[in-house]
Amino acid sequence: MGVNWTALTIFVLLFAFITWLGFAAARWRRGDLDQLHEWGLGGRRFGTLITWFLVGGDLYTAYTFVAVPALAFGAGAVAFFAVPYTIIVYPLLFLVFPRLWHVCHKHGYITAGDFVRGRFGNRWLALAVAVTGIVATMPYIALQLVGLQVILGALGLSGTGWAADVPLIVAFVILAAFTYSSGLRAPASIAIVKDILIYITALVVVIAVPIQFGGYGHIFAAVPVKKLLLAAPGPHTTGAYGAYATLALGSALALLLYPHSMTGILSASSGKAVRRNAALLPGYSLMLGLLALVGFFALAAGVKELPEFAAGFKAFGNNYAVPALFLHSFPSWFVGIAFAAVGIGALVPAAIMSIAAANLYTRNIHREFISRNPTDRQEAQLAKWVSLIVKLGALVFILRVPTQYAIDLQLLGGIWIIQTLPAVMLGAYTRWFNDWALLIGWAVGTFAGTWMAFVSGLKPTYPVEIAGWTLPGYSALYTVILNLVVVIVLTAVINALGARRPAADATVAADYQA
Amino acid sequence: MNAAQPRRGWSWWYLLFIVQYVAVLWPPFYNKVEPRFIGMPFFYWYQLAWVVIAAVFTAVVYRATTR
Repeated sequence: MGVNWTALTIFVLLFAFITWLGFAAARWRRGDLDQLHEWGLGGRRFGTLITWFLVGGDLYTAYTFVAVPALAFGAGAVAFFAVPYTIIVYPLLFLVFPRLWHVCHKHGYITAGDFVRGRFGNRWLALAVAVTGIVATMPYIALQLVGLQVILGALGLSGTGWAADVPLIVAFVILAAFTYSSGLRAPASIAIVKDILIYITALVVVIAVPIQFGGYGHIFAAVPVKKLLLAAPGPHTTGAYGAYATLALGSALALLLYPHSMTGILSASSGKAVRRNAALLPGYSLMLGLLALVGFFALAAGVKELPEFAAGFKAFGNNYAVPALFLHSFPSWFVGIAFAAVGIGALVPAAIMSIAAANLYTRNIHREFISRNPTDRQEAQLAKWVSLIVKLGALVFILRVPTQYAIDLQLLGGIWIIQTLPAVMLGAYTRWFNDWALLIGWAVGTFAGTWMAFVSGLKPTYPVEIAGWTLPGYSALYTVILNLVVVIVLTAVINALGARRPAADATVAADYQA
Repeated sequence: MNAAQPRRGWSWWYLLFIVQYVAVLWPPFYNKVEPRFIGMPFFYWYQLAWVVIAAVFTAVVYRATTR
């Protein structure tokens, strides 16, 4: 792979622009960055439009834009579960998160751990939520760097030994520096540029490439019949249908529990901005669905058989399918724009994720267990340092450990984060659950989910056997149901015994409404 | 805060959310090739269409539940 100079130049120029923007963002809607809610939530000042860009840039990550088409390229129809997944997520956003936004705004909560601490009065439960959030986020950040690595490789920036890693390290240093100095304002401002670039790219690709091929009919004709649809289930099993639906539902339930989702949502200026975004964010889902089809475009173009892309596929596997299609179908200057869109698209969520993890550590671990009464300045300063450490960890991981481990860990991360659903999402509606029951349910769900993942060979689905039927489904969904059953039964038992008075609830019903 | 505030409690309009969940979580509805639309198998354009319909539903619920 030679260096593609035109594409590289445009890529570097756009990168330089967003670097400047990231630093300049510190002065945007100016606030005192020595306070954690200013650094870590942008002062909760983002209206409907900025929230749309920020949460869109946050949830629809660069890795998604590379991996979903790559899955379509390799496995076919099943990759499209990303579409029902992103349809299901918005009613949840609409119903649950305005309540959480209000109560967090009222009490100055910055993380899900803060909310759980206040609602259930149990710092160990808050610790479980915080640790789960941090552990689930780390591999997610690493995957963003994987997305960036694929793009840098496709630009021809390859080398041997240390030199091969230099471009990734440079991008990482830029990311770390502007996140440190500007906090959430940096990804919020960069998200606007990145999303415009992504929309332009997606629109051009889904219109121009089918024209080159003479219509969608010709593209789908090139897709092998087995990949075109889900396999119809045999007798006594829900087969691929069950897997597809549970993956969509489970992923949707998990998505909004991730710390970076919470951070993006809580930075909105009102509950109303959150509700409006539930209707506006599907714009990104549509684009993701169309980009999933790009995996089929790559199949139709036969990029895997072209000799010029052999080295790329060897290095990056099917994740190289989309970059290869771009290189194959477009002039270099447009490749530069498209690659910049994906590359910058990696930095936005990586920045938000590291901020979210830093907020969790600072609030729910450090302040709770290590140093009780920090000043605002100490608290914000600590979060800035933690955000650096989190990103450095992700970088070292990607440079030193096989990429497959990051993918496996991200899969486990989804199974782990969904276990916070009873405390966080249902906690937004009810205080009935006993705090210790929630903690035991979380532990049972986490253990069972991890076990299912390992016995199924680190695949997301596990075949549950009931009454002669085999129900392959997403382990995260199965185990959060188990978690919930444990919580309900234990709460009922504890209440019946009258053994323990529940800890005080710092919130009242009115806090959850406008 | 401004004048637009959500009403409290349950609204029948939320049933629209159930409709969209059923429509996309039951693959037997749409796991087929025909009818095609601009050459796209039903499986794909059906789900993409639901992205748009779901967004419209959410907007309707927003209008109906926000004063």
